[in-house]
Amino acid sequence: MAGVVVTNVEKAFGSTKVIHGINVDITDGEFVVLVGPSGCGKSTLLRMIAGLEEITGGVIKIGGREVNHVPPKDRDVAMVFQNYALYPHMTVYDNMAFSLKLRKADKSLIEERVRKAADILNLSQLLQRYPRQLSGGQRQRVAMGRAIVRDPQVFLFDEPLSNLDAKLRVAMRTEIKALHQRLKTTTVYVTHDQVEAMTMADRIVVMHDGIVEQIGTPLELYDHPANMFVAGFIGSPAMNFIPGTLRRTGGAAVLEAAGGVRVTLPGSVPGSDGQKVTLGTRPEHLSIEADGDGIRGSILVVEPTGAETQIVVEAAEQQVVAVFSERHHFQPGAPIILRPRPEAMHLFDTASGRHLASR
Amino acid sequence: MGGERAKIVFIQLLLAFNTLLMLYPIVAMLLSAFKPTAEIYATPFALPQEWRLDNFAQIWTGTNFPRYLLNSAIITATSTASILIFGTMAAYGLARYQFRGNEVIYLFFLSGLMVPLKLAIIPLFIQLRDLDLLDSRLGMVCVYTAMGLPSAVFILTGFLRSLPGELEQSARIDGASEARIMWSIMLPLTRPALVIAGIHNAVPIWNDFFFPLVFIQSDPLKTLPQGLTVFMGEYNTDWGVLFAGLTIAALPITIIYIVLSKQFIAGMTHGAIK
Repeated sequence: MAGVVVTNVEKAFGSTKVIHGINVDITDGEFVVLVGPSGCGKSTLLRMIAGLEEITGGVIKIGGREVNHVPPKDRDVAMVFQNYALYPHMTVYDNMAFSLKLRKADKSLIEERVRKAADILNLSQLLQRYPRQLSGGQRQRVAMGRAIVRDPQVFLFDEPLSNLDAKLRVAMRTEIKALHQRLKTTTVYVTHDQVEAMTMADRIVVMHDGIVEQIGTPLELYDHPANMFVAGFIGSPAMNFIPGTLRRTGGAAVLEAAGGVRVTLPGSVPGSDGQKVTLGTRPEHLSIEADGDGIRGSILVVEPTGAETQIVVEAAEQQVVAVFSERHHFQPGAPIILRPRPEAMHLFDTASGRHLASR
Repeated sequence: MGGERAKIVFIQLLLAFNTLLMLYPIVAMLLSAFKPTAEIYATPFALPQEWRLDNFAQIWTGTNFPRYLLNSAIITATSTASILIFGTMAAYGLARYQFRGNEVIYLFFLSGLMVPLKLAIIPLFIQLRDLDLLDSRLGMVCVYTAMGLPSAVFILTGFLRSLPGELEQSARIDGASEARIMWSIMLPLTRPALVIAGIHNAVPIWNDFFFPLVFIQSDPLKTLPQGLTVFMGEYNTDWGVLFAGLTIAALPITIIYIVLSKQFIAGMTHGAIK
């Protein structure tokens, strides 16, 4: 097992630069998720770690050894692909044994490793089947089995669950996490699904347009987003953003937004009078007020899920989402005042998108 | 309902008619192979009065036919094998690796599809003469390989490009060398395309009359289609023996096609459904 250190890594396809100097330090045994919208460069970064893509600039080290020019097979990594990439003409057993056979491993060792991996992944009954005879979830497990038998230093997963249906995805998510807890192999996992990232990761790397927006544990990113992109990307339903102007009078601070919305801010917030700022507040951090200032609007849609009720409110010339676990009586069209909890408010500089407090 | 039924009946009739049309010459050839020439003239469409193997015995023992058969077999097998070997190597490189000039080389191969080789018969003749390859089986194999490569490269490149790149990358991470990836992962998946490219080339080579006619002069080196003309005399033709020869000549390719037809059809419909 080994850590992976990515230093100032850049990637250009022709004249188009897709990765602009990325630094990530993954420690031994860690489960790191690279997450971001499609086209953000997360898969490219993973493929560079695997050695499937050349690096244009920077250094990648695996287990302390620079691997910039080391071919994939000598990096001691195993990769699980989105479409599984099982060899269609080989049985499950042969698929899993392939890499060991290439290494000219002892036949009994191959047998032992494959049986053990099959045991862990519940594939023992399927070893003589061909990939086409398996269901999606089983194929996914074979792909993981193929990685396990290698006993590599690093596991790389490239959106492994996106071809599965929703229910299976949740089940496999748990399986992969359990597998990691059991094997404790350093894992780099790429997904565009922030829920997957939140639930599985020790640490999350949020990427956007070829740069790292923020690195942190799931809850760090949730509670202390560095900028509006991370704040909006992590969490579902997404954070509400209300753009406006910061007004300071004496020790008090107020956000003035469109549609006559005024929100009192803690006097301690940074930012100067007249600055264009955006208030960020998570749907579950809004409370209902009878009067006074706050986000005034009218209820557009009520969506009960049982455990909680989500409402969409038309306010400040936009839609604001709020979630309540207690059961209020909501009437579409009725006026409502929502007030963000002061300790859970985020204030961003509208122009740069940066979090004002975390500067 | 009625219209639907009429349509099906019509299509079936059309297919049956087409089958008859295709089978008739083969049946006629087969039947005539068992008749003496006089009987072929007398009752061309009837079943033979007696199922006699005289014609077959005659052609097998009394002529150079076995020799022609052997020549054809050697030339066809060698040519097809080298078309497939070299075609696969070229197509694999073109399909799976990006390099400068990739497209140009591919188009160069494709341009071979558009130029009928027969147009170049005179320069080809001169070239073979200079290389001392006239009147030799090797010369024929060279010409056929060159002739077959464009279509083989075209078929195989298209097929190889359609195989998912992750398979190759997965194998690369698993530790396979480039040669191993080609041999153990990609080629087994390319079998349908190889069968198509093989049949597509083997049949015309087996049946080819033109190139042997021009390039082969000595009788012991003649191929089947060329050799069979020996039985077509200027004044009289032993049709019975000729048909027996044609029957034997048609046999190997027919058998190969039947054996491989499943793969052939699988290859033809590859990519049609996901």
